[in-house]
Amino acid sequence: MAGFEHLLTALTPLNLAFALFGVVAGTVIGAIPGLTATMSVAVLVPLTFAMPTSSALILMGAIYTGAIYGGAYSAILLNTPGTPSAIATTFDGYPLAKKGDGDYAITIACLASVIGGLIGAVALMTLAPPLSEVALAFGPVEYFWLAIFGLSLIAALSEGSLIKGVAGGALGLLLSCIGVAEVAGDVRLTFGSQTMLSGIQIVAALIGLFCIPVLIDLVAQPGHHLKVDSGSRGFRLGEAVRYLWGDKINAVRSAVIGTVVGILPGAGGSIASLVSYSEAQRTAKPGQQYGKGEPGGIIASESANNATVGGGFIPTLVLGIPGTPPDAVILGALLVQGVRTGPSLFANQGEIVYTFIWGLILATILMLPTGLFIGRYAYRTIITLPKALLVPAIAFMTIIGSYAIRNNISDVIIMIVLGGFGWVIGRFGFTASPIVLGLILGPIAESGFVQAWTIGRATDNQMGMFFGRPISIAIIVFTLFTLLSPFVLARLKKIKDQAHAD
Amino acid sequence: MKTTRRSLVLTGAALALAAGIGMTAQSAPAQAEYPEKPISYIIPFGPGGESDITARMQQPFFKDKFNQDLVISYKPGAGGAVGWSGLNSLKGDGYTMMGVNLPHIVLQPQQKDVGYKTDEITMLYWFHYTPDAIVVTDDSPFKTLQDLIKFAKENPGKLIFSGSGKGTAPHLAQVRFDKLAGVKTTYVPFKGTGASVAALMGKQVTAAMAFTTVAANYEKTRLLAVAMEKRHPRFPDVPTFKELGIDIVSGAYRGIAVPKSTPEPIRQKLTAMIKAVNEDPAFLKKMEEGGFAPVDYAYGKSADDFLAKFAKDVTAAAKEAGMLK
Repeated sequence: MAGFEHLLTALTPLNLAFALFGVVAGTVIGAIPGLTATMSVAVLVPLTFAMPTSSALILMGAIYTGAIYGGAYSAILLNTPGTPSAIATTFDGYPLAKKGDGDYAITIACLASVIGGLIGAVALMTLAPPLSEVALAFGPVEYFWLAIFGLSLIAALSEGSLIKGVAGGALGLLLSCIGVAEVAGDVRLTFGSQTMLSGIQIVAALIGLFCIPVLIDLVAQPGHHLKVDSGSRGFRLGEAVRYLWGDKINAVRSAVIGTVVGILPGAGGSIASLVSYSEAQRTAKPGQQYGKGEPGGIIASESANNATVGGGFIPTLVLGIPGTPPDAVILGALLVQGVRTGPSLFANQGEIVYTFIWGLILATILMLPTGLFIGRYAYRTIITLPKALLVPAIAFMTIIGSYAIRNNISDVIIMIVLGGFGWVIGRFGFTASPIVLGLILGPIAESGFVQAWTIGRATDNQMGMFFGRPISIAIIVFTLFTLLSPFVLARLKKIKDQAHAD
Repeated sequence: MKTTRRSLVLTGAALALAAGIGMTAQSAPAQAEYPEKPISYIIPFGPGGESDITARMQQPFFKDKFNQDLVISYKPGAGGAVGWSGLNSLKGDGYTMMGVNLPHIVLQPQQKDVGYKTDEITMLYWFHYTPDAIVVTDDSPFKTLQDLIKFAKENPGKLIFSGSGKGTAPHLAQVRFDKLAGVKTTYVPFKGTGASVAALMGKQVTAAMAFTTVAANYEKTRLLAVAMEKRHPRFPDVPTFKELGIDIVSGAYRGIAVPKSTPEPIRQKLTAMIKAVNEDPAFLKKMEEGGFAPVDYAYGKSADDFLAKFAKDVTAAAKEAGMLK
């Protein structure tokens, strides 16, 4: 394997200590909604000035990968994704926890995150320069269609209530228009209020729409938050490993999806886990019940979102274009250190790069034991803490978390208002995920459309711009397939049943 | 019960962490020994952007010179307006300052009600600018600016520039370039300079209207012209627009402001401190390597005159571009 000789450089006690500290700190931070991977990396930057470059990278990479995994805890135990990447983890994680299997869900999430993280890091080590071309092949129009594909997945995932899912997604799109438009700079839908000028932050909406309804229900309903089983059952590691082995194709496929989506600047973990979740659901074996507590759903989401870490570093290190927001911060820290990223970084400063990648792999492996222990602790805390303590503690976290996004009280107000709104519409069967996904995908779709339209008009080739590029065509085909296949399958089944009846 | 206590400890630790992230300056009277504690440096943009990277470069030099930390925090939103509109309500004790950008603080209040006016911001120092520049990929058929202008003249509207946002320094430079070179080009706004360069490297656009810093940070790019009075020392072979008969000297300026309530002696002292960092030879070398162009407009007449002239020019350019009425 390329750069194998740098494994030993990565194995110094200092680097190992950084990897361990980074993973532990990242996991805890990621578990708290509002404290994102970007913020945790940014806080560390001043510490890295005095460090050797590769150690600094290992520390930041470790905290990043830990934070992406930590987001699964609150997704599983509180139905609130700790980071936007963990939205799809709530689909099956929370139902599983409700059934009393929260510990099992967390162990599954840990294993899947380690597998996804390793596959992403290996892709970074072996295939970074060729894979970075993917980032450049995606132009505005491809991002537009990718966002439309994401919206079609919302529809497909809203089983049983297609209309409500689409309505939620549309509401999210509308909410994403509030404030100063991302590329054109015009002000929309603020109704003269300065609170609305900065728009609705994804994380504020995430905390409000997911967490507040859980809190209200906690207070409104008697009994425990999650079903409690008596006695200690350990990590349930054997059970989890057996399940994972039976679902290994899902784990690897999700990691590959996560790596590729991670390479695309402007896409990110939430889209990666959504795409791989819907793939897992589409290829479900008979008896697998996605959305009702199927461990395969957690595997798909967690494997994919941790794979985006390695994937995101590919354009960051090869091209100097950050794959994800935390990568932008890491890139900034590298510039301060005087390290210029780019194609020659791998050739001329291979030692730094490969030492870092080995460090990232070590950190990901360390996530297995630390993740299991911290996860067990988080699980026990949530199930044993009396409600009188649990509710105020979580409520306090929601406020701190939404304030910490931008040190702005407006975000707290928006979070609370959306939370109350989310609880009310939840009574009518609307769920939070489509709204938040609409909020994430809206700006991607809008700027992609505006840019593609402008370029298409300048070249007198608007039709060719939107419908003539190979990657776009492929995404359009996927979108149509996702949207139409449930209807076609239902139709075929009906015909078949009728034939039987006759 | 044991578990409960332990979880409280965990909660407490997490809160301490959260408080650390949302760091604000503590209250304490300014003593003769100013600065006697860390100074909070608020960037009104998200982490990882060019304003953040600049602040990060100042951070170690400041610590080195004055033995106090600059603690960087972020207050992004509405293109910086969220931070600037809140600046004067912060404590003016000399331990809070904020990054300020041009043309943002001139154009935003003229476009809409953003909660602040340009003259309500107490500027201490303008320390550098990133000069506008036309960037192409290293394998581009355009070797010189004349090649590019020739193509644009023969193909009106077909030369496509990527740039970061609308009403920004690159957008205004594109408008001015069109007028002075007598061409018609298409401008496509992207979210930030990074995305604009990605579009260039992916060949989605013909060229990028970006900054000198781009050529310093990305290997496979080439500059055709820079919007400076003299050539940039890092790129001695790249001509200025002026040399080529196109009078554009512009870019995105950065500086530092304090809350209005900051007392006069502290303003003077802090200005001198920022100036000292900006004049450190090692710091200047770093700036030059990064493609920045240092300037020196300090608190008082120097900064006021600079801003007045800049505001006049940029307002005229924005009116021409149809961004202001």
